[in-house]
Amino acid sequence: MLTMFADWFTYTFLRLPKGRLITEAIHFFVYDIPKIYLLLVVIVFVVAMLRTWTPAEKAKRLLVHRHQFVGNVLAASLGILTPFCTCSAIPMFIGFVESGVPLGVTFSFLVASPMINEVAMVLLWGLFGAKVALLYVGVGLLIAIVSGVIIGQLHMEKYVEDYVYKIKVGAVAGDAPMTFNNRVVASWRYVGEIFRKVAPWVAVGVAIGAFIHGYAPENFLARYAGRDNPFAVLLAVAIGIPLYSNAEGVIPIVQALWAKDLPLGTTLAFMMAVTGLSMPEMIILRSVLKPRLLATFIGVVGLGILIVGYFFNWVL
Amino acid sequence: MRIEILGSSCARCRALEANVRKALTMLGKDAEVVDVTDIQEIMAYGVMATPALVIDGKVVMVGRILSPEEAKKAIVGAGA
Repeated sequence: MLTMFADWFTYTFLRLPKGRLITEAIHFFVYDIPKIYLLLVVIVFVVAMLRTWTPAEKAKRLLVHRHQFVGNVLAASLGILTPFCTCSAIPMFIGFVESGVPLGVTFSFLVASPMINEVAMVLLWGLFGAKVALLYVGVGLLIAIVSGVIIGQLHMEKYVEDYVYKIKVGAVAGDAPMTFNNRVVASWRYVGEIFRKVAPWVAVGVAIGAFIHGYAPENFLARYAGRDNPFAVLLAVAIGIPLYSNAEGVIPIVQALWAKDLPLGTTLAFMMAVTGLSMPEMIILRSVLKPRLLATFIGVVGLGILIVGYFFNWVL
Repeated sequence: MRIEILGSSCARCRALEANVRKALTMLGKDAEVVDVTDIQEIMAYGVMATPALVIDGKVVMVGRILSPEEAKKAIVGAGA
């Protein structure tokens, strides 16, 4: 239906001739923006609804005293749903560790939470299709689970800042139970909040994408980070890690990379490095983790992203 | 009445504080609004998601931004 609208708008309403570059650029723009906006509203709403049933307190209750592996899988899955912003990372981390959630399980949660993000998922869906979006979620889960298991095996409990263990956590406070209507209203408001934040970036990103899509003169980036360069993924991850984690800020860049024919593995690796590891997050985590554990965390997750990048470039 | 906003002074916490102040103005109430950023104090309330709202020592909301209307209800509900 959206294709029909885009066809009508470009060819009939604007009376542009088929096949011209400007026509294709406009067609792409008119088709992609409504598509991504629609996905954004639907997916963010669904995730927000699910989220109202899994507040941090419930996630914690589910994870306390879980064994390795089962706990890691569960923690990574909960990480997708549980609301998370970098400013909540510390109370959540302390709450988990203090109440007896194993360190490795806590890390599976910490990795999955920012990395698998519904906005990133929407963008991948809109730009590359459902398969890539699901792949992103699956691979993100895998990295979160494996990183958590490894960190758990390393027994690094003593590299958590000592004060964390001394903090007295009060009786866990939760929100008043919500009615179904409350959930819908809260989720809808969240959609509005996200939409207002993300929508302009999507338009900018798609505009850049449309321009490059229609005009792409040469594959500038593809020459440096393309299929032939064995260091492409490494480069993408190295650039992605220090960048800020907001999915919306990365949209124009990912759009441009994709339009420049960057291989999928490299693009995914870049996206994960940006969302999964970021400078502000590390600075905040430093207040609860000693340098050695923080370095291990960055190393394990970074390595996981690298492997995924190379794997997808190799398979696809 | 003493209202505490728990959080590491992030954007969401400031949004909550602004709405709480709006609610107080609407109610014509005067209350002390305090930012609590110390992690030990936040954890002492058992709060794991910020921002959180504490009225007279009792946690009334965790992890969301209340609209001014909701904040009004929470303040009235706290019965002070």
